[in-house]
Amino acid sequence: MAEPATATPAQLIKSKKPFLNETRRSRITAYTFISPFFILFAIFGLYPILFTIYLSFFKWDALGPMKYVGFKNYHLIIDDPTFWISFSNTLIMALMGTVPQLILALFVAVMLNSAINRYKKTFRLLFFMPNITSIVAVTLVFSTMFGNNGMINWVLNSLGMDNVAFNSGWWGVKIAISTMVMWRWMGYNAIIFLSGLQSIPTDIYEASRIDGANRSQQLLFITLPLLRPFILFVTLISTIGSLQLFTEPYVFLGQSGSGATRQEGVTMVTYLYNEAFSNGFFGTAAASAVMLLIATIFFSVLNMVLSNRLGGDTGGKEA
Amino acid sequence: MSSAAVNKKKPDDAGIFLKILFYIFLIAGALVSIFPFYWMFVIGTNDKTGAFHVPPLLTPGKEFFNNFQRVLDRTDFFTALGNSVLVASAVTISVVFLCTLAGYAFAKYEFPLKKVLFVFVIATMLVPAQLGVLPLYVIMAKLHWIDSYKALIVPAMVNAFGIFWMRQYISSAVHSELIEAGRIDGGGHFRIFWNIAIPVVTPAMATLGILNFMNVWNDFFWPLVVLKNKEHYTIQLALQQLFTNKDGLDFGMIMSATFTATLPLLIVFLLFSKWIIAGLTSGAIKS
Repeated sequence: MAEPATATPAQLIKSKKPFLNETRRSRITAYTFISPFFILFAIFGLYPILFTIYLSFFKWDALGPMKYVGFKNYHLIIDDPTFWISFSNTLIMALMGTVPQLILALFVAVMLNSAINRYKKTFRLLFFMPNITSIVAVTLVFSTMFGNNGMINWVLNSLGMDNVAFNSGWWGVKIAISTMVMWRWMGYNAIIFLSGLQSIPTDIYEASRIDGANRSQQLLFITLPLLRPFILFVTLISTIGSLQLFTEPYVFLGQSGSGATRQEGVTMVTYLYNEAFSNGFFGTAAASAVMLLIATIFFSVLNMVLSNRLGGDTGGKEA
Repeated sequence: MSSAAVNKKKPDDAGIFLKILFYIFLIAGALVSIFPFYWMFVIGTNDKTGAFHVPPLLTPGKEFFNNFQRVLDRTDFFTALGNSVLVASAVTISVVFLCTLAGYAFAKYEFPLKKVLFVFVIATMLVPAQLGVLPLYVIMAKLHWIDSYKALIVPAMVNAFGIFWMRQYISSAVHSELIEAGRIDGGGHFRIFWNIAIPVVTPAMATLGILNFMNVWNDFFWPLVVLKNKEHYTIQLALQQLFTNKDGLDFGMIMSATFTATLPLLIVFLLFSKWIIAGLTSGAIKS
């Protein structure tokens, strides 16, 4: 990084114009090459987020003058039952959509990775396919399946169970939406896990087999601990993703316009969207965005702490 | 006796029972994964009541063109498809170029604050983009970009994931000796990038391009916020528009549109799936 103490021949030649020597020139080039990202991010990423925080202290309809109101926007949304419903809905659907999904994905990855699987590539492709469709398309397809007289209810009936009101019931809506999330992301996450599994060297398994470890012991004491960075990454991304749930509830419940704020399916982002673009309350919308940011940071940190704790425990048992 | 028999087997060989169980589970999972695509097609080719037929229909019908005609009556389907192609292509070309450029700089140049800047790039991936949507909307309004494709294209022209992705690939694929040799021969920085680095990293660029194209194509939230005029709608907005309760939901029509809108992406994916999945599993989160 530092300039060499003795001048190289190249520098001697260019000593007339010391400013544009080779090092400087290549630094300028590098900064130029990376600058589009930083410029665009500053304008369209960082500035809007900082401005959102600023905006949350003002009353504003996006057109007229802004009026400073202090923490009033926060009081308003904290007193709004719909906000809390959106908050708990988001958490419930995040749990329902990610926890079973990640467990399933892990199982699928282990099975795909097992030596007895000869059709790894084909299965990988089939499991990944849901991820390429648009969420709008997914939601439309699942809407027909989850309809009152739809296929899922037909299956339930044939099994001797009653109809479930998937498009209006408190749990029904949540089950339907979480199913869409699971369907779309399970295969994707399984493939990320699979790449993690393939990065574990096989001789570790061989050594453990010589020591007399069986399959489940191997899974518990070798596979899971070594897979930890991947599990952390996938859980983190899934958590952040599910806190931002928007399109599924918006399209699924939005048939008649404002359905997206219906209590059984309103999420934090549909709440935000509605406050801003239907009601014109940019201040409270910004306050709810800040709450979403706080929730995101909280759950990301929680994720990391938990996974460290869990990792520590496995280590202890192993010793 | 039995333990001797077990020892003779290859160590990784599971029992036949476990084998069958594995395959049943995997096949069931794969069927669940692809069934909605097939269902889209079945409903799209049957008449209006097909979605709620008892027992559920499982075979394609002959109504596809009638259904699709109703789509064309209600929305400008092909205009929306064209809009999506335009926006997604513009974003993708820019993302691939700018991310390769930045990834190349992070992989092959030394400069002050390099590490800090790169960590910053990675960190931006964890910030939910929707948080800044209100000011972003206001910026777009100030720039008079509301209802224009610029609002969809410009903010998306480069992204952190792409930079990360290209840096990983370029670090290992492009040899520094070649770059130095090019410099000694008097090649300009950009010329070396263009003539030496680019040809080597085309596969990674292609993968990034396809992934990015799919993302932009499938985006719903931001177009919903900034596009006002129906003529400017992307395909996702057009699809959502069909899903209204006005005169009862016509799922035959909806699914014929959804299927037609999904098909191009499906074909592209199947053609390039080898690259995409191999890329995902090798570059996604290494180190």
